[in-house]
Amino acid sequence: MNRFSYARPGSVAEAVREVAAPASKVLAGGTNLVDLMKYNVERPAHLVDVTRLPGLKAIEETGEGGLRIGALVTNTALAYDPRVQERYPLLSSTILAGATAQLRNAATTGGNLLQRTRCYYFYDAATPCNKRVPGSGCPAIGGVNRIHAILGTSEQCIATHPSDMAVAMAALEAVIRVSGPGGERDIPIAEFHRLPGDTPERDTNLGADEIIVSVELPAPRFATNYTYLKLRDRLSYAFALVSVAAALDMDGGTVREARIALGGVAHKPWRVPEAEALLKGVVPERGAFSLVADRILEGAQGFGGNSFKIDLAHRAILRALSQAAAGTPQSQTDKRIQ
Amino acid sequence: MADLDLPSRQGFAPDAALPTGLPGEIPLTITINGERRDLHVRPWTTLLDLLREDLHLYGTKKGCDHGQCGACTVLVDGQRINSCLSLAVSRDGCEVTTIEGLAAPDGALHPMQQAFIEHDAFQCGYCTPGQICSAVGLVKEGHAHSAEEIREGMSGNLCRCGAYTNIVDAIGDMLAQETSQEAAK
Repeated sequence: MNRFSYARPGSVAEAVREVAAPASKVLAGGTNLVDLMKYNVERPAHLVDVTRLPGLKAIEETGEGGLRIGALVTNTALAYDPRVQERYPLLSSTILAGATAQLRNAATTGGNLLQRTRCYYFYDAATPCNKRVPGSGCPAIGGVNRIHAILGTSEQCIATHPSDMAVAMAALEAVIRVSGPGGERDIPIAEFHRLPGDTPERDTNLGADEIIVSVELPAPRFATNYTYLKLRDRLSYAFALVSVAAALDMDGGTVREARIALGGVAHKPWRVPEAEALLKGVVPERGAFSLVADRILEGAQGFGGNSFKIDLAHRAILRALSQAAAGTPQSQTDKRIQ
Repeated sequence: MADLDLPSRQGFAPDAALPTGLPGEIPLTITINGERRDLHVRPWTTLLDLLREDLHLYGTKKGCDHGQCGACTVLVDGQRINSCLSLAVSRDGCEVTTIEGLAAPDGALHPMQQAFIEHDAFQCGYCTPGQICSAVGLVKEGHAHSAEEIREGMSGNLCRCGAYTNIVDAIGDMLAQETSQEAAK
C-alpha cells in the first residue's frame, strides 16, 4: 500500500474541502478501497475518512412517502431495516444476494455505489487497462472475459459494474444526493453510473470534489410482485454473471408498470424503459416476457468467453418476470430456482 | 507529529523513505478484548496488522489479506468484519473482540469454542479463529435459523480442510441451545 496523508473531517462541508485535495479518495467501509490499495490499483495521496460525519447513518421518511438512506448506512442495516423489508423487499433481497455478512457489516450505501469493477485486468497492475491507465489498452477484449459486459461496451472497455444493490436501486428509480462546493444536487441513478465510451476511467458522474450524502427511494409501489434473480459461478459470495431485478405494479390481472434492471452485463445497471413499456396493460405471461427480453438484449455483443451471457440473460429475464408475476421472489438462502 | 517508540510497536519497521509532509503516527484509542488501549498508528496500518504485528494478538489470522477468506474475522462493536480490509485509524473509539477475548476471564471457553471442539469442527485450525468469531456474530445477528441459513451466513469463511459439515453442526447446536434458553425464559 502506498503512503498517504489522512483526514477525518467532522462535517460534510469539511469533507468536501478535503476531497478537493489532489488525488484524494474517500474512505467509508473500506471493503473495496483498501483492497484496491493493497493491489496498488488505487494510490491515493490523501485519504478522507468520512466514517464520523454526523447525520449520514440514518434511514428517514421523506415527505413524499419514500425513504432517505444516509450514505453511511451499512448494507446490513439497510437490508434488515423493517421499513425496507416491508416496503422495498426487492432492495433488501438484492443486498442480501451480495458479498458476505462480514462485508455487508462494513460496506456502506455510498461506497457500494462507488465500488469499482472486478475485471481481472483492472485489478492486475502488471497488465494494461484503459480504466486504470487511460490509453494503455484493454486486454479483456480478446483475452479472458467470462465475467465481462455484453451491453453498452466500447472499444476501450468491457468491464461491468459489480454492485447488486445498485441494480435494485435502478429498478426502483432511486435518486442520489451529492454534496459539493456549490451545495447539494440530485442525480437520478440512471444518470449516476456511466458507460465506458472513450473515458472508461470515469465510472460515475460524481464530481471529484463531491461526496454522496444520501440515496432517496420514491414512494413504494413494488412490494408484492418482485424478484432478484442472481446467477453466478458459486451459490454464495460471488459476483453476478447475470442478475435481474424485476418488479411489476399490477392492476388486477394486467401490468400497470414494469421495471427490469440487469446486473453483471454492463458498465452500469442496465435498464431499457422501452422494453418495460411493452408490458404495460398486458397480462403477464411467457410470450410477452420473451418480447421484452428480446428488446432488452437488442445489440448485445459477446466477446468469446462471455458470449454465453446473451442466452443466459434472456432466460434469466423470462424466469425473473415469471417469479415477479407469480409473487414468488427468489429466496437468497435456498438457491434453487423455482 | 513525532514518531513515538512505544514498547508495543517494537515490531514495526520504520519507513525511512517516508516523503515529507506525510503524517507520522496518529493517536488511536481502541478497546481490545475489554482493555482500553491508547496507541499511535500509521494511517495505512490495517486493523489486522495492528492486532498481530503491534499488539501480538496472533489468534486473528492473515489468510488472503483481501477479504475473501474470512480468517481475519473479528467483532467490532459486536459486528463481524474482515479486519484485513479495515484501516485501524478508522476504528478509533471502537470495541474489538478477537478470538483471545471470547473465553471467560477464568479461562472457561466461550460456548461457541466448546461447540467447535465437541463437533470436531476443524482440522488444521488456521481458519478456526475467524470461523468462531464469525459464528458468534451470526448467532448474535439472529437471522439464521436453519442449516441452509447457517451455510449462507457463513459463506465469508473458507475452510480448505473442508470441515464445513461439522462447522454447520457446531453452530446449529449453539442456535438450538439459544432457542431452548429463550423458550425457558
